[in-house]
Amino acid sequence: MKNNLKTQFLEGSRAVSLTVANIQPDVISAYPITPQTHIVEDLAKFKAQGKANYEYLLAESEFAAASIVVGASATGSRVYSTTSSQGLLLMMEVLYNASGLRLPLVMTIANRAVGGPINIWNDHSDAMAMRDAGWIMLFAENHQEAVDLHVIAYKLAEEFNLPAAINIDGFILTHSFESVIIPSKKDIKKYLPAYKPALGTYLNPERPVTLGALFTPDHFWLEKRRIDEDLKNILQVFPKNYKDWKKVLPSESPIKALLDDGLVEYCGPKNPETLLIAMGSIVGTIKECLKKDKKTGILKIRSYRPFPAKSVKKIIANCKNVAIIEKAMSSGANGPLYSDVMSSLSGFKGVSSNHIVGLGGRDINIETIKNIIKSAKRTQTKFW
Amino acid sequence: MIQVRIHGRGGQGVVTAAELLALAAFNEGYFAQAFPAFGVERSGAPIQSFVRINNEAIITREQVQVPDILIVQDASLLNEKEVLLGLKRTTQLIVNSPLEAEEISKLLKNKIKSNNIYSTPATDIALNLLGKNIVNTVILGAFIKHNKIIKLKTLLQTVAEKFADKGESLIKKNQSAITAAYNYVSKK
Repeated sequence: MKNNLKTQFLEGSRAVSLTVANIQPDVISAYPITPQTHIVEDLAKFKAQGKANYEYLLAESEFAAASIVVGASATGSRVYSTTSSQGLLLMMEVLYNASGLRLPLVMTIANRAVGGPINIWNDHSDAMAMRDAGWIMLFAENHQEAVDLHVIAYKLAEEFNLPAAINIDGFILTHSFESVIIPSKKDIKKYLPAYKPALGTYLNPERPVTLGALFTPDHFWLEKRRIDEDLKNILQVFPKNYKDWKKVLPSESPIKALLDDGLVEYCGPKNPETLLIAMGSIVGTIKECLKKDKKTGILKIRSYRPFPAKSVKKIIANCKNVAIIEKAMSSGANGPLYSDVMSSLSGFKGVSSNHIVGLGGRDINIETIKNIIKSAKRTQTKFW
Repeated sequence: MIQVRIHGRGGQGVVTAAELLALAAFNEGYFAQAFPAFGVERSGAPIQSFVRINNEAIITREQVQVPDILIVQDASLLNEKEVLLGLKRTTQLIVNSPLEAEEISKLLKNKIKSNNIYSTPATDIALNLLGKNIVNTVILGAFIKHNKIIKLKTLLQTVAEKFADKGESLIKKNQSAITAAYNYVSKK
């Protein structure tokens, strides 16, 4: 990576905003909220400096921002928005409409805790609040992955007419600086064609259509089932899409993966005694911790929705201990990732444990990971 | 891998210092990483930022627990619990202070030996050459003097790159402040 002339040293937010600008959306609307702020500031600046052609609309709230991009998308435009935490919650009603109306919105979520108590720091509570909204949900480990996943998200969203969210850890990724390669407009065009929905599928007076009509009980469930099927169908095409993009913009992974189908990535021994499962930037710290550990592996979930149950099951099958590490909780039940993993396993005879870490920005250090590995021999739910 | 932890107060440019240092290391051909730990968002509150510099890609994201180098921009923070966290025998302290290393070591109850302490009157240099008490670039001049990781020339170029949109005059002032700190010789 070091010798690649294209490598730049950038803030995570800048890496995302440059990539989004090169994807060339038609309409961007957002409302600033910590820690997403640098992304919208950048995108507004690019527009003000005449470096970008998109319409940039500063909305009066997140609800308005989401509604604006839904409206723009309904007229056949490529759109983008970004938010965090309470802002995402304020968008919630619109998010369900985006998937229900089959509009390919793409949004970055700079993940932050949800109050109260009020807290501006990172965890995945905001993302989990939209878990069931019918969106594609991807999680990035580092800047390069954040960049790559934005391009892939547009491709999948526009191909399947479903909205997509790319989750990047607030502050940890949005405010950190590291090496990254930004794809040029030309690179992106090789993979992601211009968005041209067919006449009759969007709002256009030349061929009038109705979007968002009332569905009676006879049809509502069929439409909902269709969304679910289409979302799950993405599991089939994701690996090829991921590979195709990596051919356009090859970037070296610092730790060689034993398996990487795009949906999940596994690093570690062939037959791990203990398997850790996690999402987002914490995976980097876990990989660092496992550099000298020959018995433990890390499975990274890149695509949380659709959930790659088959890929997960295949890797877990022969492990003794599985520890699911997550930055969110479902008060009164197990963590959401734990529930997803466990429901995709049948006949698993090993020990499973659930570790809730990093809530509200609590730093997760290598010592904590080591202690999680030790405590993975017992079935339990533990807060760290 | 070299791990650096920078301490200062909100408004002193603690975060920019980390970004500058990491960018200079990147320009020098290293892999680097910089990130902040924001506290409550108000001026004057203690703030930390972190830098890692390495010959290979950096993947960990934990805050720097055991610093190789500690930069303290505001000497009033010296005995704070967070500043003293994870010190090892070889941890170097680069501190903004007119005091000599021995006196600082005494203030720290000898938790850092005087031969690992490098003090620079960064506030004086900043007031003289920048016209205000912002020491984040100045202290980096002291940093690169005592650690041969980054050349002076590279740091000066990096300042020009980072502050490109802030104007030529500000770049020049910061470059001369860095050079003054780099050339500062303690009386010891």
